[in-house]
Amino acid sequence: MNFKHKYFFLFPGLFVLIGILIFPIIFVVRLSLSGWNSYNPGLDYIGLENYIRLFTDDPRFWESFFRLSFLSVTTVILQYVIGFALAHMVWKDIKFKRFFRVLFLVPMMTTPVIMTVIWRTFFHESLGPVNDLLSVFGVAPKWLTDPVIAKFTVIIVEVWQWTPFMFLLLLAGLLSLPKEPFLAAAIDGASPIRKFIYVTFPLMAPISIGAIIIRLIEASKIMDTVYVLTSGGPGTSTETSSFYIFIKGLREFQMGYAASMSFTYLIIMIISLTIIAKVLTKVLLKE
Amino acid sequence: MKTCLTAIISSLMIFSPMAYADKWSDQFPHIKATGDIPGDCSYEKMSKKNYKGKTLKINTHAIPVMGEPTALHAEQFEKLTGAKVEVTHTPAGDLYSKAMVPFQAGQAPYDVVFGFSNFINDWKRYLAPVPKKYMNSPEMKDVTKSHMGVSSWDGTMYQYPVDGDRHYLKYRKDVIDNPEMQKKYKADTGNELRVPRTWKEYAQMAKYFNDWDWDGDGEKEYGSAEVMKKDDLMFAAFFSRSVAYAKNPRTPGGFFFDLETMKPNINNPGFVEALTDWVEATKYVPPGGTNFGLGDEIGSFGGGQTLFSFSWDDAFIAAMQDDSPIKNKVGAAPLPGADRVWNRVSNSWENQYNQAPYIVWGWAVGVAKKSKVKDMAFDYLCFFSNGANHQADLAIGRFGVNPFKNSDFDPNIYINSMGWDPEIANSYTQTLLDMEKSNNRVFPLRVPGVFEFTSAVATGTSKALAGQLSPQEALDEVAKEWEAIVSRVGKKAVQDAYAVGVKMEDNKL
Repeated sequence: MNFKHKYFFLFPGLFVLIGILIFPIIFVVRLSLSGWNSYNPGLDYIGLENYIRLFTDDPRFWESFFRLSFLSVTTVILQYVIGFALAHMVWKDIKFKRFFRVLFLVPMMTTPVIMTVIWRTFFHESLGPVNDLLSVFGVAPKWLTDPVIAKFTVIIVEVWQWTPFMFLLLLAGLLSLPKEPFLAAAIDGASPIRKFIYVTFPLMAPISIGAIIIRLIEASKIMDTVYVLTSGGPGTSTETSSFYIFIKGLREFQMGYAASMSFTYLIIMIISLTIIAKVLTKVLLKE
Repeated sequence: MKTCLTAIISSLMIFSPMAYADKWSDQFPHIKATGDIPGDCSYEKMSKKNYKGKTLKINTHAIPVMGEPTALHAEQFEKLTGAKVEVTHTPAGDLYSKAMVPFQAGQAPYDVVFGFSNFINDWKRYLAPVPKKYMNSPEMKDVTKSHMGVSSWDGTMYQYPVDGDRHYLKYRKDVIDNPEMQKKYKADTGNELRVPRTWKEYAQMAKYFNDWDWDGDGEKEYGSAEVMKKDDLMFAAFFSRSVAYAKNPRTPGGFFFDLETMKPNINNPGFVEALTDWVEATKYVPPGGTNFGLGDEIGSFGGGQTLFSFSWDDAFIAAMQDDSPIKNKVGAAPLPGADRVWNRVSNSWENQYNQAPYIVWGWAVGVAKKSKVKDMAFDYLCFFSNGANHQADLAIGRFGVNPFKNSDFDPNIYINSMGWDPEIANSYTQTLLDMEKSNNRVFPLRVPGVFEFTSAVATGTSKALAGQLSPQEALDEVAKEWEAIVSRVGKKAVQDAYAVGVKMEDNKL
C-alpha cells in the first residue's frame, strides 16, 4: 500500500475541519477588517479601523465585558457549589435516589428561551406570582427594573438552568472515584466533613477543573437569558459582551465592527480561560 | 374626485355586507361582520386566480401582532387560489437582519418580507416597486397621503400598505369625564381634571391617580403605561414625548438633525425637557413598568390597569374589544403638547403652546426583487389588505392592523361593526383625522443605517431612565454617537435621505 494514501483518508476529516472551524474564523478576521454594514454591504478593506474604534472609542464593550466576567464567575461558582452538594447527596444511598437524579436534571432539559420567558413572567413586578407571594411579607423587589437586582435575577435564572449540567458532571465524577481511599478514611475514623475535605474534594479536583472550565466557557456566552429577561437593561446594567455584539451585528447590522469585537473577545477568552485553567490546576492539584 | 371616491368606497364598505355576507363569510368566518367587499383583491376576485403548484414564502412577525393576520390571510389565500404559502414567524428585533442577511448575499429565501416602515432606506434596493396595476387600484387610492408617503421613497412605493401607525393619547374616559372625580381632583390639587393638553398636566394627573384603587375593582391602578423596555421600541415612545417640546413649526429644516449642517438636535433643551419628563414618569407607571414592552403596555392599559397610555392603536383597540373590562370607557386624544417649544434657530424657548402629531413608523411589507413569484406575492398583499380583511383586522387589537385608509375614518365602521359608543368612535376617528391634517407632523427617521441611530437613542434614554446618567448627559452621549454614525455612513448619504423625510415634515411632498 502506498504510504501517501493516508492523506486521502485524512482528507474528509480535514475538509470538515477547515469548513466548519478554520474557514469561519478566517472569514471573521477578514470581515473585521471591512466596513460591512447595512448601507455598505461588501468586504472592502479598511485596515485596523474597527479595532482602533474598539480599543479607543467604545467603553460600552469593555463595560459589558467586565459585567460578563462578574456574571459568569458568580454563576459558575454558585453552580459548582450547588451542583456538588446535589451530586454528593444523590451519590449516597438515599431514598428515591433515582427520582432525585432525574429531577435535578429537568431544568437542563428545558428550552432556555422558553424557560426564561416563564421566569420573566414569574418576576413580573405587577403581574408575576413572585412579588404576589412576597407581598405577604411586605416586600416587592424590583426584579427586572433595578440595575443591581436585575443582575441577580439573571444569575438566579442562569444558576437554575445550568446547575444540572454541573451536577451531572460532578455526579459522574463521584461515581467513578475509587473506593479504597474512602475505606481507609473510614478505618481511620474520619468524620464525614474530614472525609469530604481530605478525600472526596481532592479526588474530585481534576473533574472539578474540567467542569468549571466547561461551564465558564458556556457562561461567558450568556445571551438568551439576557435577551429575553431584560434586553440588557435597565440601562445597560445587564448587558453582556455577547449581547452587545449581537446588538451591533444583528440589530444595527455593523457586521465588520461586530466581527472585530467577536475576534477580540475570542482572543481574550482564550487567554483568560487558559490562565484560569492553569491557576485552578495549580491551586486544586497542588498535592 | 378623491373625496368622491372615498365616499363611494366607504358606502360600499358599509352597505356591501348584505350583498356578500352569505357567500363568503360562511367559508371564512373572519369576515362575518361585512362579508366580502368588492374590490380588485376581494375574495370573489381572488377565487378566480389559479396559483396551484406555486409556493409563496413569507417572513413575518411572531404571533399575534401582524404574525396572526399574516398566517390567517395566508391560509385564506391558499384556499382561494390553490397556492402553497409558507409563513415563518420572527421576533420583531430580528426581522431586519433575517431579511437583510440574504438580501446582501444576493438571495431571496422569502418572497414577502415584513418589517417596519423605517427600514425602507436600507431595504429599498432589494425590494420590487409596487406595480402600477396595484397603484391604480381603488383600494390604493383610498390610502391616506401620509401613509402613501411612509410606504414610498421619493415617489416610488416599495412597501405595500397594510397598516397605518401613529402615536396618540389614550385615557380612561370613565375617570377623566367623571364629575365626582373632577370635583375630588379639583379639591385636592386645585387643577381641572380634563384630557391633558400638556405633558406636565399628564404627569400631574398620572401621579394623582397612581397606586390606589380609583375604579373600585379591588385592585390598585396606576398613572400611565408606556413602552420603556430597552431596545423594545422605546425610542419611538421617547420621540412621542419629544415632539411637543422640539418640533417647532416655525423652524423647518429638520426635527432630528439640522438638515443643512447635519448636526444632531437630539440633545437640545427640547429633547432634554422631554427626557426629564420621562424620567419623572418612572414614578407613576405600574410596578415593573420601566421594563414594559409594547405587549405589556397593551395588556396594562387594555386590561384597565392605568389611567393613561400613549403609543400605537393596539392598546386602545384592545381596550375596546368585547372581552375588555373597560370597553367603551376609554377615550382617544392627540398626544399632549407643551406650554413652550424650543427654537433651535434662536436657541431659546418660545413660550407658546405647541402640539405635534408623531406619524410613527409601523408595519410594512415588501416583495423581494429576486422573488420568482412576484405576481402572486403582490396579489397576496393586495388580498391581505382588501376591504373585508382590513375591516375585520381593525377590530382585533392583537393583530396590530391600524387605520391607513381614508375610509377608515368613518366612525360608523366602529359603531356598527364593533359596537363602539358613538362618542368614542367619533373622538377616535377625529383624533386620527386631525393628525392627517396637521401641518406640524413628525415622520420617522428613515436614513441609511437607521437602526444604529435608534439603537443609540434606546441606549441613551434607557440609561437616563435607570438613573445611570442625567437626561442631559444621556442625550449628549446619543448626540456624540449620532455624529459618529453620520461620519461613518457619510454625511451626504444621510443628508440626502433625511431631506426626503424633512420634505414630508415641512409639508413640501
